[in-house]
Amino acid sequence: MNKPQHNTSSPAKGAPKGAAPADAPAIPNDDGFLDLHYSMLRIRRVEERLLQVFSEGKIPGFIHVSIGQEAVAVGVCSCLTPADTIFTTHRGHGHTLAKGMQLKPFMAEIFGRDSGACHGNSGSMHVASSEAGVGGANGIVGAGLPISLGSAFASAFKGEDSVTAVFFGDGASNQGTFHESMNLAALWNLPIVFVCENNGWAQFTSQKSYMKIDGIARRADSYGMPGVQVDGEDVLRVRESMREAVARARSGNGPTLIECKTYRWFGHYAGDPQKYRPAADVEQSRKTDCIANFEKFLLDSDLADRAQLDAVEARLRGEINEAIAFAEAAPSAPKGQFLNDVYADAFRKDSLS
Amino acid sequence: MKEIRYIKAINEALHEEMARDETVFVIGEDVGAPGGAFGGTRGLLQAFGERRVRDTPISESAIVGLALGAAMKGLRPVVEIMFADFLPVCMDQIVNQIAKTRFMFGGQFSAPLVIRAPGGAGLNAGPQHSQSLEAWFAHVPGLKVVMPATPADAKGLLKSAIRDNDPVLVLEHKALYATSGTIPEGEYLVPLGKADVRRAGNDVTIVTASRMVLQTLEAAETLAGQGIDAEVIDLRSLTPLDKDAIFKSVAKTSRLVIAHEAVKSFGIGAEIAAMISEEMIDILDAPITRVGAPFSPVPFSQEGDYLPNASDVVHAVQKVMAY
Repeated sequence: MNKPQHNTSSPAKGAPKGAAPADAPAIPNDDGFLDLHYSMLRIRRVEERLLQVFSEGKIPGFIHVSIGQEAVAVGVCSCLTPADTIFTTHRGHGHTLAKGMQLKPFMAEIFGRDSGACHGNSGSMHVASSEAGVGGANGIVGAGLPISLGSAFASAFKGEDSVTAVFFGDGASNQGTFHESMNLAALWNLPIVFVCENNGWAQFTSQKSYMKIDGIARRADSYGMPGVQVDGEDVLRVRESMREAVARARSGNGPTLIECKTYRWFGHYAGDPQKYRPAADVEQSRKTDCIANFEKFLLDSDLADRAQLDAVEARLRGEINEAIAFAEAAPSAPKGQFLNDVYADAFRKDSLS
Repeated sequence: MKEIRYIKAINEALHEEMARDETVFVIGEDVGAPGGAFGGTRGLLQAFGERRVRDTPISESAIVGLALGAAMKGLRPVVEIMFADFLPVCMDQIVNQIAKTRFMFGGQFSAPLVIRAPGGAGLNAGPQHSQSLEAWFAHVPGLKVVMPATPADAKGLLKSAIRDNDPVLVLEHKALYATSGTIPEGEYLVPLGKADVRRAGNDVTIVTASRMVLQTLEAAETLAGQGIDAEVIDLRSLTPLDKDAIFKSVAKTSRLVIAHEAVKSFGIGAEIAAMISEEMIDILDAPITRVGAPFSPVPFSQEGDYLPNASDVVHAVQKVMAY
């Protein structure tokens, strides 16, 4: 089911400059397919390891994994350049990694180490990377939308052709910030793509029980922007829609709402017993595996053989082991580190303690 | 020196900073052609064009969030929120986002933005257009909060706020907009975090801010007639707070009254009283006394009875002196 369609046509007209290397053919007939596969599998394997080390008590706090939703993160971010910016959510590991954040500072942050990207101030839920164009995960549902407007505004203000993408869930589409941001982005033609990951669950509540309508993409029309619903389990379809949306944004034609229908394999948070969710729903969600589907497509189309895919697994094992070892061995933040970045200047560091 | 109205001083600051720095832009409801609800942004659209003077829908969260995203990318937004009472509409963006951006992201991003908003009562604007909410914001690490009382400070503090690398909330007072005062000709700045001794005195320290400075100075004159020599400290900034100025004055007078227009309970007066109690209680000759509004929303019809005034300050000081 959901077999990805090999899109043999050339990249969408007006495709972003510098969208390569994802677009550069690595092997004949390849349209960045192996990169897509690697990127999706990397997220899956990283989060599986995170679940494992979390259950071993090695990560403080709590984490939210996106296993099952990798095709959205990768399909979207494969259309972005390092100069582009994303804003993401509490379930943001996948987006962050797909956008190009290095694994070691990512992992060290989740472990709360000083060498983490945010010096241990953020943890899993607020990871950011200025280097990779990740303007931050966010612990408040729907809060990233207004901030992403500013990033897009700054691109337009400076006359740059960079674009911004903001991820949010189906639950966030009922926050006022969603409506305010969609309206303003459309009104000002901001270079932004709104990416709604509709996994059917707003924390512990199913979409049917909190929304009269089914398709969130329909809401785009009421703000005067295009809205599309795509199969978020199909990385190529996500990428195709995103390419179009990015081209539109980059050429000054304003925002797009892309609703990606996807499945959350696990609970809201790691360890969530999911008492609110019928077992059949969990089972159903796991029947749709964006990565397994894509691997089948690669094998069936002779774009990769089993040995190649195994090599990717081996490479990832090494990469992830190394990052985990780095994070575990990394020193904690020095005492009082939390006072360092409250303000740009340290005007009352003494009295803050 | 020249005579200027408070609102015009703000307007001058915006003109000057926008001319000085290409990355400064102004955003808010009715800030363009209308020139702002109180005239603070008058003439900016004509001078700097639509690219840098942005009229918005009535969407406070989007406005303030947009400012944050733009600031993270190196611009210097100056947001106008029409009434300080509307700040709670976008409280998440201010408290959970703007205030924490630099901290959460370990210094990778900062938020050099300004939010201007008029607070305070005195215009019979009723319960939802008259509040003094400064203590809420002074309680949030990551924000800076200033409250100018005079045209000179309104201009100088705003210019400093725009150049500052942290988010600054400039709480103007709408009943001060029409007041006049002298300001220096040409370029000047008032530093954030520095209080001003408005009146030197030896008998009692009165710490105050914003419009209450005017009532306090009036009270000080009355007290002088009674042989009480009050020192009046205008905080100007709540965060950073000029503790040194307060401590120095109390060390001299051994008596402290704090006067503010906001509700007395849990206000800035409580914080300052606690600071002094913790660090120099031995020096005090009398209990610290606060003057503030009663624990009620600002009423429409009895605003005059509700608001603390000069005679309340006089009574508080008399009590402290008689102890």
